[in-house]
Amino acid sequence: MSDLLKNSNLSLDTADKIVSDTLHDCDDGELYIEDTKFETVTLDDNKIKSSEYSIDSGYGFRAITDDVIAYSHSNEISEESLKKSGENLKSTLKGKKGTYNSAITKTNQKFYNDIDPIETKSLNAKIELLNLMNEYSRSKDQSVKQVSASFLGEKKNIEILRLGGELLKDSRPLVRINISMMVEKNGRKETAVYGVGGRQSYDEYLKDGSWKKLCDEAFRIATTNLKSKPSPAGEMKVVLGPGWPAILIHEAIGHGLEGDFNRKKTSVFHNLVGRRVASEGVTIIDDGTIDNRRGSLNIDDEGTPTEKTVLIEKGILKNFMQDRLNARLMNTKSTGNGRRENYKHIVLPRMRNTIMLNGTHTQEEMINSVNRGIFAVSFGGGQVDITSGKFVFNCTEAYEIVDGKIGAPLKGATLIGDGPSSLKEVLMVGNDMMLDPGIGTCGKSGQGVPVGVGQPSLLIDNMTVGGTQL
Amino acid sequence: MLKEKEYLGNIAEQCISKSNKLGSTDVSVMVMHSVSEDVSVRNRKLDGSTRSENLGIRLTTYIGKKKSTISSSDLNTKNLDGLINRCIESTKITPEDDLNSLADKELYFKGDKDLDLYDETVLENKKKIEYINEAEEEAFSRKDIVNTNGSGFSQNKSNFILANSSGFSDGYKTSQFTAYCEVVSKNNGSMERDYEYSSKRFFNDILKPKQLGSKAAELALKKLNPKKIKSEKLNIIFDKRIAKGFLSSFSSAISSSSFSKGTTFLKDKLNKKIFGDKINIQDKADIKKANGSRYFDIEGVKTSPLDLVKDGALNDLLIDTYNGKKIKKKSNGRASGSSNLYFLNGDLSFEELLNSNKKLLYITETIGRGSNIITGDYSVGASGLMVENGEFSYPVSEITIAGNLNNIYKNISLANDLEFNYSTNSPTMLVEGMIVGGK
Repeated sequence: MSDLLKNSNLSLDTADKIVSDTLHDCDDGELYIEDTKFETVTLDDNKIKSSEYSIDSGYGFRAITDDVIAYSHSNEISEESLKKSGENLKSTLKGKKGTYNSAITKTNQKFYNDIDPIETKSLNAKIELLNLMNEYSRSKDQSVKQVSASFLGEKKNIEILRLGGELLKDSRPLVRINISMMVEKNGRKETAVYGVGGRQSYDEYLKDGSWKKLCDEAFRIATTNLKSKPSPAGEMKVVLGPGWPAILIHEAIGHGLEGDFNRKKTSVFHNLVGRRVASEGVTIIDDGTIDNRRGSLNIDDEGTPTEKTVLIEKGILKNFMQDRLNARLMNTKSTGNGRRENYKHIVLPRMRNTIMLNGTHTQEEMINSVNRGIFAVSFGGGQVDITSGKFVFNCTEAYEIVDGKIGAPLKGATLIGDGPSSLKEVLMVGNDMMLDPGIGTCGKSGQGVPVGVGQPSLLIDNMTVGGTQL
Repeated sequence: MLKEKEYLGNIAEQCISKSNKLGSTDVSVMVMHSVSEDVSVRNRKLDGSTRSENLGIRLTTYIGKKKSTISSSDLNTKNLDGLINRCIESTKITPEDDLNSLADKELYFKGDKDLDLYDETVLENKKKIEYINEAEEEAFSRKDIVNTNGSGFSQNKSNFILANSSGFSDGYKTSQFTAYCEVVSKNNGSMERDYEYSSKRFFNDILKPKQLGSKAAELALKKLNPKKIKSEKLNIIFDKRIAKGFLSSFSSAISSSSFSKGTTFLKDKLNKKIFGDKINIQDKADIKKANGSRYFDIEGVKTSPLDLVKDGALNDLLIDTYNGKKIKKKSNGRASGSSNLYFLNGDLSFEELLNSNKKLLYITETIGRGSNIITGDYSVGASGLMVENGEFSYPVSEITIAGNLNNIYKNISLANDLEFNYSTNSPTMLVEGMIVGGK
């Protein structure tokens, strides 16, 4: 029984016929149907600036033979539209002949509940809480000049119809609560952003006054930055804090281990399976199975159950992250990493929750061992060039380390490094693994998908810090 | 087939009348339709094709000074009625904001639409594939080009109607043709990538395949076997495609929204010098065929030409209706941001810039977020080429460049090689005295 075809003139039987007619000579492909409800409620400059609700539904029809992908999508879910798309796919793949493998692993695993987070909290209650967050933040100190806070909620239902009539479903809630603050003192301005989220109702993140902690954290970071001094420039030792700084792992190593770049041999890692790519203490996994996490999925967007994939074990490269296409062409199996932003996009191998596991050292040990370096606690955005392996990060909270002690906060520090070599420079892996607060969105080929990261504190021997002090 | 004005207009009208019936005092609605057909190619072989069709609506209802918005891609009447109902109910709950309103009627766009923003040309996928194959062919004819990251061609056509309850109703078609080629070079264990792309409203205006392929190859080859340099203070030349990025952060820093909240490092700088005397920045929406051209913004306000920076002084802002009221200025049609934003030409030739110092760093790529528009701090990862005595000497990578936009702006000199390839455009730019982080 399809839930998503209910309001259209397209019956599951007809859809099934069009799917068979289109895909029978292909290696792979499916009809992907999606219905997403999305809301944002934003407070800015003391006012409720916007309350928005949107519905987006549509289908994406994909046919693959060899390494050629034909794709057609539309937000008109109807028999005529789907037939037209089918013709379009067949004409792209004309003259090619493949063999469709209908078998797909099935699962009953559930890592989140089927709730609609938009409806589980009334608009009134959301507005009330945003106003409270605003008042509370502004009452903390006179230096707080601007507060902006928002609720973002989503409920996405998907159905995947494969050749042979297999219908796979998932129902995914997602929320995010953000606060940003600008403080000003003695003519100097600084800002901070903080947020939490995951695949549960808003209230799980707000209950027992925990919304105050969000405001407190944003205030703490912003006021710390008011005291910051210009960052040094040059190579030095770097201690990374636990949790969110693992976006460094995501950029430096994660993207380079995605199947597509390795199948195409454009990743620096493509010929390094079985080889040492990191220090002995480094084990990294990509895990789609952690309860209620932002990057978790019951099944990926091709219907493959997600799993815990070991990428690097004790420094040795073990596996790439695969979708069905790249797995088939590389003679391996999908790891459940096939994802797409929505029905308007093709599937790509993407990360879920990418995590470095615990080592044995304490953060204190790491800091004590550094004569001159920086301690990076939080990052803003990051980016990587897959081919050259170079990656970059902007620190939003960082401190200098002088003679084994944490010193003054630093402003505007950028870290730049080389993916394949940076993990070989890991000197100590901490015992304080933490997951991020649930705010990450990864961008690739113009598609954003929710992801998670996690790591213990790390000491890296040598990275280039970009600042203004020589 | 792209939906016509009548079809989109009908939906808009229905939405307005339905909202009014349910109690809204004002309504604004946008109905959009787009069709795009893309092909991608790798190693001169078809990699994929995508056909996209999107029909959508965005509706804002007002009850007095209360406001709420919905959007949807499902336009069947039953669904739409339910959504409009939901929008009205949310509007009733949302607190009042005195500044909420539609735009001033007298600012609405009226007039001829003669900017040539729509090309009727329809390219069969076969033609697109040939175009891109030829570009890759050209790139692969160069030694050390070993792979491609994928190249592609896309053809996009859109139509929309913007209508509101004070009588505005207008829209127009636009088209966009984009070709790109991204290749990988390899030599002595060093692997680099670079790209060239060209995106124009008219098919005939995009770069020809051979130019596209040879430019991508040339750029990827130039980057091979880079060195890391020492940390030092250097004069930096930004290639045009990087220099235009300074305009993007500038446009956020001079939006009326940043000004009204004080969240910009330029807050107190209106009518003051922020650049050197020779720097001028304009935003012109009425350039024929240009990527950023438009007749009006998302509020229906005419997008008039602006001299944003005149002889180094900040002369104007990008203003929308809501934030304009806060800073007591009328909208100048920038609720959708800047249009064609560009630095006017400087008085130096490209060669003169290269020879302006014995040692310069020429930046061809930056990665990372870059600018903090509240503090003006600028810091990015970068790669490029070392320039010694006016000649390119060797590629440089894994470095950072940092500074503060307040200082950077005062130290900019521009070449006289402005071209209109994007919606923001800059001549080649020299910035004196930036801090390079390296070894």
